[in-house]
Amino acid sequence: MADKTPLFDLRDIHVEVESKEVVSGVSLTVYRGEVHAIMGPNGSGKSSLSNALMGHPNYRVTAGEAYLDGRNLLEMEADERSRSGLFLAFQYPLAIPGVTVANFMRAAVQSHRGKGADMTDFRKVFTGKMADLNIDREFAARYLNEGFSGGEKKRIEILQMAMLNPKMALLDETDSGLDIDALKTVAEGINRYHTEENGLLLVTHYQRLLNYVKPDHVHVMSRGKLVKSGGPELALELEERGYDWLVGTAPETAQV
Amino acid sequence: MAETARAKQNAELATLGEDYATKYGFHDPVNYFHKGARGINHEVVEMISRMKGEPRWMADRRHEALDIFLAKPMPQWGNTKLLGEIDFDNIFYFMKPIEHQGKSWDDVPEYIKKTFDRLGIPEAEKNFLGGVSAQYESEVVYHSMRDDLKEQGIVFLDMDSALRERPDIVEKYFGTVIPSADNKFAALNTAAWSGGSFIYVPPGVDVKIPLQAYFRINAENMGQFERTLIIADKGSRVHYIEGCTAPVYSTDSLHSAVVELIALEGAYIRYTTIQNWARNIYNLVTKRATAHKNATVEWVDGNIGSRLTMKYPCIQLVGEGAKGEILSVAFAGIDQHQDAGAKVIHAAPNTSSRITSKSISKDNGRASYRGLVKIHKNAVNSKVSVECDALLIGEAARSDTYPTMEIDNDLVRVEHEARVSKVAEEQLFYLTSRGLTEDDARLLIVNGFMEPFTKELPMEYAVELNRLIELEMEGSIG
Repeated sequence: MADKTPLFDLRDIHVEVESKEVVSGVSLTVYRGEVHAIMGPNGSGKSSLSNALMGHPNYRVTAGEAYLDGRNLLEMEADERSRSGLFLAFQYPLAIPGVTVANFMRAAVQSHRGKGADMTDFRKVFTGKMADLNIDREFAARYLNEGFSGGEKKRIEILQMAMLNPKMALLDETDSGLDIDALKTVAEGINRYHTEENGLLLVTHYQRLLNYVKPDHVHVMSRGKLVKSGGPELALELEERGYDWLVGTAPETAQV
Repeated sequence: MAETARAKQNAELATLGEDYATKYGFHDPVNYFHKGARGINHEVVEMISRMKGEPRWMADRRHEALDIFLAKPMPQWGNTKLLGEIDFDNIFYFMKPIEHQGKSWDDVPEYIKKTFDRLGIPEAEKNFLGGVSAQYESEVVYHSMRDDLKEQGIVFLDMDSALRERPDIVEKYFGTVIPSADNKFAALNTAAWSGGSFIYVPPGVDVKIPLQAYFRINAENMGQFERTLIIADKGSRVHYIEGCTAPVYSTDSLHSAVVELIALEGAYIRYTTIQNWARNIYNLVTKRATAHKNATVEWVDGNIGSRLTMKYPCIQLVGEGAKGEILSVAFAGIDQHQDAGAKVIHAAPNTSSRITSKSISKDNGRASYRGLVKIHKNAVNSKVSVECDALLIGEAARSDTYPTMEIDNDLVRVEHEARVSKVAEEQLFYLTSRGLTEDDARLLIVNGFMEPFTKELPMEYAVELNRLIELEMEGSIG
């Protein structure tokens, strides 16, 4: 928070999926060291916002600007966004048959370091991070997300985050599908990754992850807009009162 | 598990990128000991037999086969258009590059040795093979096997030498699995055959390291007709690997091999092929195995190159409890047609087989799976599983499946699955969101698709195969 230039800066972002507007003007600024949470009911546009920011081809940003560390994200393809330090932990990570977790991870790390860059430390770092997240070593040789339980997939997402060490991580419903022990492990992983130098944006329906990863700012999203922002106490209030009292206050979403 | 090896594989992948022309497509100047005329007739056949000093029965076999070849019409199935373009009169049927085969690489002429050096054969021999046979045009120019394998009674020779040194075994088994009249190209091979491998493994002997043959076509309009015969006697085990490449020319060459495998009671044979012919080669090969009681035969068949491949490795399960597995992968790129497949004949009770076919079609490439599963009436309690997986890259890519099942008894279990998929946008996005370029992501997905095949290969070949796929994946996506 010492640095006054924003790490992650969203200005009036609009997103369309199949010609339908699902995000209608989101502005948000994250400074180094901050944890933000976007909460909201299903269908509020939270996941669409995350996917669009990562560069998913089906989520078109129709207006607005997005900067990471001063660089214009919207001019980049997904892979460049990743290499520039953006990370998205997916709500539903896909299986990639025949590609082992270790092979995939090596390819990803290699892409960040550059072709031909030294990878001799990879194995050591990789097994270390797996141990941190209580991931059995046999997962290295398993095919990415194939036959993994929901909790295993989420842990592998956090493992990827830990390996790639992004400047800014968006975690989309990372707490869903986790039992309490897995939630704690994942939360520890997130906290271990988080430093004064990077930023976190937790996208979540429930506040239970926020018991373990403390947000500095909480935003409520409804019908494609952030309708309320506050401190960590807002999450607790939502837990108690639900979303209805806020959702009603959202202005009508513009239909394109 | 093999994580370190995989890492090595990846590291090697990253540094590669040459195209076929520079890596395999070069050719040597031709100055051969003997180069026959173009075309085939009884004189040519007689000349081949005479030059080899063959016994009369083999010469007769050749002449008889030539008559069958000339009488049989071209196949009326498969890619008849491309088949129709083969000009049999323009092909050289026999080229003998050197007078005597080398027992050490120093015996081989420098230019041929250099070629095999560039293909990495002597290096592989040193590192992980028990024996190597290197065929250049019509004949094996280098052949060697480790002494410890010889001492176990294992016979690994080129087919010409086998006919001289082990005429009894050759005569007993030659053409018993694939008779001359089986098909037009098997007849042609029988008439013009030269080179190829002969392996005999004595009862109970386990050949612990693979034996390999490498087939190289160098000249333009060459016809290569190697003949391979492998006999694994009772309770023995052997793994044989073949690889092949050729220079890139503007006119076509023909490769038409016949491969016969015989696994006697309780024996195990694995036959691995990495076919990487240049795009002007017609690859029309007949491969068939007979598995006796409790024997196991596995064909691991990779087809990356050639203009047209028509090849359907077959296993005849003739003894009770015999097992067969055919695992094949085909990559069809620009203007290529891989018409590959598998055949399994269950002719005894309690036999089991598994066919796994994976194909990738890219640009206007076409990959076909043509399969036959036949279960005879007496083959009760047999099990068959067939799985065909096709991956299409680009709008013009094509995949066809022609499965045939003939099941003559009810006491069998048959599973069949076929899938056609495209490289999913969602998968690409997942990988690119981790920093991989779209090309790298696509290559990783394709390599993953082929993993069930590549993991069956010795590591060095897996590296080579991934390397080949990378070459094929380069360039624009149609």
